[in-house]
Amino acid sequence: MSITINHLTHIYNAGTTFEKKALDDVSLEIQDGEFIGLIGHTGSGKSTLIQHLNGLVAPTSGEILLNGENIHQDKNRLKEVRRRVGLVFQYPEHQLFEMTVYKDVAFGPTNLKFSEDKIRKNTISALEAVGLGEEYYDQSPFDLSGGQKRRTAIAGILAMEPEVLILDEPTAGLDPKGREEILSLIQEMHQKRKMTVILVSHSMEDVAKMAERIVVMHQGKVVMNGTPKEIFSCVEELEKMGLAAPQVSYVVRALREKGFPISPDIFTVEEAKNALLALLPHNS
Amino acid sequence: MIRDITLGQYYPADSPIHGLDARIKLLLTFIYIVTLFFVNGLVGYVFVILSLAAVIRVSRVPLRFMLRGLKSIVLIIIFTGLINLFMTPGERVIFQWGFLTLTMEGVLFAFQMCLRLVLLIIGSSLLTLTTTPIQLTDAIETILKPFARFGVPAHEIAMVMTIALRFIPTLLDETDKIMKAQQARGADFDSGSLMERAKSLIPILVPLFISAFRRADELATAMESRCYRGGEGRTKMYVAKMKRKDYQAVLLGVVYIACIFALRYAVSAGIPFFV
Ligand SMILES: Nc1ncnc2c1ncn2[C@@H]1O[C@H](COP(=O)(O)OP(=O)(O)O)[C@@H](O)[C@H]1O
Ligand SMILES: [Mg+2]
Repeated sequence: MSITINHLTHIYNAGTTFEKKALDDVSLEIQDGEFIGLIGHTGSGKSTLIQHLNGLVAPTSGEILLNGENIHQDKNRLKEVRRRVGLVFQYPEHQLFEMTVYKDVAFGPTNLKFSEDKIRKNTISALEAVGLGEEYYDQSPFDLSGGQKRRTAIAGILAMEPEVLILDEPTAGLDPKGREEILSLIQEMHQKRKMTVILVSHSMEDVAKMAERIVVMHQGKVVMNGTPKEIFSCVEELEKMGLAAPQVSYVVRALREKGFPISPDIFTVEEAKNALLALLPHNS
Repeated sequence: MIRDITLGQYYPADSPIHGLDARIKLLLTFIYIVTLFFVNGLVGYVFVILSLAAVIRVSRVPLRFMLRGLKSIVLIIIFTGLINLFMTPGERVIFQWGFLTLTMEGVLFAFQMCLRLVLLIIGSSLLTLTTTPIQLTDAIETILKPFARFGVPAHEIAMVMTIALRFIPTLLDETDKIMKAQQARGADFDSGSLMERAKSLIPILVPLFISAFRRADELATAMESRCYRGGEGRTKMYVAKMKRKDYQAVLLGVVYIACIFALRYAVSAGIPFFV
C-alpha cells in the first residue's frame, strides 16, 4: 500500500500559551513494500508524524493519502485505516491489560469484529510470528520478561493483518538479546510477508542494517531523504542535528585516513568485517 | 486533546501580587471570601468590585484568565440564581404562575447570590493564578503546622498535595498515549451502548493504574534513597520571610475589613444613601 503525505503541518494546543508546531510542511511518498528508517532527535516530530498515518491525530493542515485516498474523507472508515496501517507505539508493553497473553493479542481482531474463526487463526499466527508458543497463551502478560512483553504487544498489532507496519522505537530499553529478537522479527515481516515497514529509531546501527531508505527529521521538517549511503555520507550535517553515522563508519573513515584502501560506503559491522578480512594478507 | 484540561493554572508574571508571601495571599483570600457574605447594599458591592478590580489590575493577569474559571461553574450559577429567584419569600409580587411566584425580593436576592458566587470564583482564581502550586502547598503546610500537635499531619498533607499536583500532567499525558495506543488496536471509545462504553474503559484504566503504581513505587524509592523520612526535623530550602510589602498587604487587608463593616453598619443603621 502506498502512502502519500502532502504538506502536512501539525500544531499542538493551537491558540494557547502551550502552542507547539510539531510538524512543518512535511511531504513524503512511501511506496508499497518499502522499508523506511525514520530518524531524528527527540522532539523532532517522528511520533507525531506516524500517528497521522493511521488517523490517530488529525492534521492542522495538509493531507494523508492511502492508495490515493484521503484517510479523513470518511470518518466511518478510520477503523479500517487503523487495521491496514498497524502502529506499534513506543513501549507498547505499557498497553497490555488482559488476563492472558492470548486474550490481549485477540483484542485488536475482536474490535474489528472479525469472525471467531478468523480471530483464533490470526491470534495464533501472530503469536507464532513473534515466537511465543502455546505454553504462553494462558500466562498473564505481566509475568513475562521485558522482551516477551514487547513481542506480545507487537503480536497484538500483527493479529489485525496490517499491510503497513509502523514501529516507534521498538528496541528502546531492551537488552541486546531482546533488541536482536525484535529486529529480526521486523526483518522477517518485511521479507516474508512483504509488509511496508516504517521503523522509527535513533539507533543508526539498527537503521543502517535494515532500511532501504532513510528519512531524517529535524524540528518538524523532513531535512534528508535518501538511501543509507547518501544519508550517512553527510556526517557533518547529521552531527549538526545531534545525530551521527553508525559507529563503524567512523572506524572506516579513520582507517581510510591512515591510507587503508577500504570503501567509504560501509555502514554495518558485517560489511566492515568482510572488508577488513579482505585486506588481511593471508586472506588474499 | 486531553491536554486541554488545565489544572495548575498559574499565570507567570512579574507583579507585586505574584511577589507576595503565599501565606499572606492565602489568608487575605480567606478573609475576602468570608467578608463576601457580610457585604450588603449597593455601595458595599461597588466597593468590593472596585477593590477586586484594583488587585486584578496590579496582578497583571489578563481578565480573560479570571473569567475562564467562571466557565466551568456557569451551570451552578444559573441554578443558584433560579432557585433563589423563585424560592425567596417576599411581598412585592411581580407575577404568579402556578406554584411559581416571582417577587421583587427574589430578584434582588438571586442577583446578590450570583454576584457573590462570581466574585468568590474570581477572587480565588486570582490566588491560584498568581501563586505556584508549590508555594501554595508550602503555605498550607505552615498554616497547618500549629495543629500538628493535635494530630493533624501537616507535612504529610502538603507532601501528598505537591506530589499529586506534580503528577496530574504526567497522568493526563499517559492517558492520552494509552487511549491512542488502544485506538490503534481498533478500540472505540465514543460509540456503543452505555454498557459497551463502560467496558471500553478497562483497556485504559488497567494500564493507567499499573503505571501509576509503578511511578509511585519508583518515586518512593527515589525519595528514600535521598533520605526522606517525613517532616520531622526537615529544614526548608527557601524559608518564607515576611517582607515589608507583606506587612503592607496585611495592613490593606485590615483596612478592607474595616470598610466592609463600616458599610454594613451604615446600611443597618439606615443611613439614607447606603440602603
Ligand atoms: N500530545 C502532545 N501535546 C502537546 N505537545 C506534544 C504532544 N506530543 C508531542 N508534543 C510536542 O511535539 C514535539 C514533537 O514531539 P514528538 O512527535 O513526540 O517527537 P519525537 O517522537 O521525534 O521525539 C515535541 O516538542 C513535543 O513536546
Ligand atoms: Mg517519539
